[in-house]
Amino acid sequence: MNTPLRRLATVVLAMFGILVGGATWVQFVQAPDLNADPRNVRTLYREYGNHRGPIVVAGEAVASSAPIDDPFGYQRSYLNGPLYAPVTGYYSVVYGPEGIERWMNTELNGSADSLFYARLQDLVTGRQPLGASVELTIDPVAQQAAWDALGDQSGAVVAIDTTTGAILAMVSKPSYDPNVLASHDMAAVTEVWAALQASPERPMENRAIAGRTYPPGSTFKLVTAAAALESGMTSDTEIAAPTQLQLPLSSSVLRNFGGAPCSSTGTTTLADALRISCNTAFAQLGIDLGDDALRAQAEAFGFDTPLNVPMRVTQSRFPADPDAPQTALSAIGQYEVSVTPLQMAMVSAAIANGGVQMQPYLVAAVRSQDLTIVQQTEPTQLGRPISGGTAAALREMMVQVVESGTGRAAQISGIQVAGKTGTAQTADDVAPHAWFTSFAPADAPRVAVAVIVENGGSMGNEATGGAVAAPIARAVIQAVLR
Amino acid sequence: MATVSPHRVRPGRNGELGLLVLALSLGTGAYALVGLATTGSLPADIFGYSAGLIALSLGMHLVLRWRAPYADPVILPTVVALNGIGLAMIYRIDFAYAARGREVADFAERQLVWTAISVVLAAVVLIALRDHRTLRRYTYTAMVVGLVLLVLPLVPGLGVEINGAQIWIRLSLGGLDGSFQPAEVAKIAFAIFFAGYLVTTRDTLALAGPRLLGLQLPRPRDLGPILLAWLASLGILVFQSDLGTSLLFFGLFVGMLYLATERLSWVVIGLMLFLGGAAVAATVIPHVGTRFDIWLHALGDEYYRASPGSGQLVGGLFGMASGGLFGTGWGEGRPDLVPYAESDFIVASMGEELGLTGLLALLVLYLVLAQRGLRTAIGVRDGFGKLFAGGMAFVIAFQCFVVVGGVTRLIPLTGLTMPFLAYGGSSLLANWVIAALLLRISDSARRPADPALPIELPDADEEPSRAEAPHSTPVSSEHETELIDLRGEGTTS
Repeated sequence: MNTPLRRLATVVLAMFGILVGGATWVQFVQAPDLNADPRNVRTLYREYGNHRGPIVVAGEAVASSAPIDDPFGYQRSYLNGPLYAPVTGYYSVVYGPEGIERWMNTELNGSADSLFYARLQDLVTGRQPLGASVELTIDPVAQQAAWDALGDQSGAVVAIDTTTGAILAMVSKPSYDPNVLASHDMAAVTEVWAALQASPERPMENRAIAGRTYPPGSTFKLVTAAAALESGMTSDTEIAAPTQLQLPLSSSVLRNFGGAPCSSTGTTTLADALRISCNTAFAQLGIDLGDDALRAQAEAFGFDTPLNVPMRVTQSRFPADPDAPQTALSAIGQYEVSVTPLQMAMVSAAIANGGVQMQPYLVAAVRSQDLTIVQQTEPTQLGRPISGGTAAALREMMVQVVESGTGRAAQISGIQVAGKTGTAQTADDVAPHAWFTSFAPADAPRVAVAVIVENGGSMGNEATGGAVAAPIARAVIQAVLR
Repeated sequence: MATVSPHRVRPGRNGELGLLVLALSLGTGAYALVGLATTGSLPADIFGYSAGLIALSLGMHLVLRWRAPYADPVILPTVVALNGIGLAMIYRIDFAYAARGREVADFAERQLVWTAISVVLAAVVLIALRDHRTLRRYTYTAMVVGLVLLVLPLVPGLGVEINGAQIWIRLSLGGLDGSFQPAEVAKIAFAIFFAGYLVTTRDTLALAGPRLLGLQLPRPRDLGPILLAWLASLGILVFQSDLGTSLLFFGLFVGMLYLATERLSWVVIGLMLFLGGAAVAATVIPHVGTRFDIWLHALGDEYYRASPGSGQLVGGLFGMASGGLFGTGWGEGRPDLVPYAESDFIVASMGEELGLTGLLALLVLYLVLAQRGLRTAIGVRDGFGKLFAGGMAFVIAFQCFVVVGGVTRLIPLTGLTMPFLAYGGSSLLANWVIAALLLRISDSARRPADPALPIELPDADEEPSRAEAPHSTPVSSEHETELIDLRGEGTTS
């Protein structure tokens, strides 16, 4: 029986060899991945042992860590939590970080490569290590104005600096309080998390950039108009504007808002069609331009393109292969066109900036403990979706929308505002989303603002972009230009 | 021809004492470090604790000097080291539990009591059992005892379901109430039964049947026992929902079957039967299937957050990963984040605080223990002893494989615990008894043959395995009925 015993000894040796391999795999080979896993709260514990840097808005820390006498060592707290939640995100010991807390994690906890010299200094001088502070581009007055103007309605507001791309306001409602999620009481956090996740109002979605995308409705006519202008039309080009449009290949008939005619003659100028937001004219225009031209223009504006600000932005989409009636509906921002509010703000900003689109960004600078700047965002050009001429024509047309069209509610005395309304149908029995995308001042643009109010907000079925969303944009523009 | 060698066999008791000092300093040192790391000072009871551990180990050592002077000198120190390190870790996890306000945080104290009970029982086994061959008389009694123990957790009112596995019974032993895993004790009973049964039937089972793909298959009519063992282990898997126990018993049976028959075909048949049975069980029975899914997709978010889910397993992986190569150090990690960090997941706790280095050192200790057991099996002269010692050594190694493999996600997670290391009275008790039995068998394996016997003696110097050289006449000093091992290496090599 000794031969099988010896063989069994070899088998046992092999079994332990496998275990050594398994342990090495977990603790050495896979360890970096496992430690980087956001669900690995040990990494959080280790980080909490370090003093995490603050997130700063206009010189004031909206997220900061303070020493606390528990195993974590530091407690993260948020100033005006719900107001800044879509930006800061949260820093949870149960669910890991989200938002800026997640995307700037290595800077905040001090482990980023760019902070190597700062760490070296701390080591040499024996100074208590402190993560870097992350300074945001957010304008607190504009942020508050957007928050107040949105009121109790569900929706989002994004304001960006047209010349740099800096994001000045990013509000999403309803919101949540990241302080609750940052609590060290794991049971309480789990409970709150479950309630937030289960809430039909989806408070944890950042509607501005990463919620469920919305149909843009008539605000998409800016893209269609841009494609038309780029194809050689001018704002005075006469286009067909029937009261009813029989969609090709289908029995459907497209009408204008309220069933009203767009013109008495059956044709209208491109500028007028945009001013009164004529559905039939733009639907026909879309068919004439074709889905490829529309898609090319949309993609030039940033549709179907990955974007980080530094949080990942959900891609806005233009349908891949629409037939003629679907193209008609797409041209007026219905069918399967879906956008984020940030995308619509970027369309306005590009028009405002003479056709040059700037990369939107939230982080202005990263400063180490001794306040030296270790990282500063330089405005970068994202692309040139339209020519300067097209931009100028669109700007004029958008000014008309606010002066005498559907967007009159955005008028500000002494400041010329350019904008476009949208009232996007989602389903027959649900109130439409109210949209407004705009920039101001029209002659020397500084800020672009996009607003969406879900399901008509306080006005419900009576809502239009002009009535519900435009006043919110106006409030934000006023706050930025104060 | 081997003749009586004048060479004197060294019992090795002094070496054992030296190793014991090393093992004890590991255990008490770890205990002291835990106190220093968590409270900043030595644990208040460090002297009482150390004295207790030293007294128990020395007591056992003295029993060995008295009753089994030729016993293997490495087994006891290895076991003491593992037990001591385990105690330190449990003590350390108590601190974490207490810091988090958990009410029950006296696992270390209870484990210490269980250690004392186990060591005393091990000593009793060594004193009472003068010759391991006595156990062969209880072959079928052992089978019945084993089966009863296995079925106990299914008895309503007695069995408790913990973590979805029905392998526990609730016991109340004068203040030491807790859950008891009868399967731990059953493995000893089954090792006795398998050894006794196989030693008499192995010749039949080894008879050649048809050949298939270069493999000498057994005769179909001899398949009965393995099918029975297979059905029993599948029964455990299905009714108690415990892959670990199921795997352990089937592994023990197949391993011992191979030892007895030397037929690789038995192993192949056994493996195929088990894998096939487990695969069918996983597809047919939902909760078994869920456990496999949890294993395969452990890192998936839907399984991580689910209950039952992979949260515990992945938590253990996170802990081990955060330990890295050298660990956080005693008391510096967060092993308490993983449920059952003191029992099922003590391996992950060790990996976290002692690092890969410490974990590998522990694995080497287990490897040494298993190999000393197998060496004992090679050295002992009777077939029953060989099978019994080989089976127990293998079951320790196999249990380590199943536990560590489960924690490191090599195989699905089971409810088994790490021998000697993990918190748990039943496990500690059973494994100390196994250690005592191995020590007992090793004593007879290493003991020089009685020169007073007027027969030709095998070469019984430091290389006892040579006793089985084909030309030597095997000896059976006490039991004339003992099967004489003529099928040693000579017939196959």
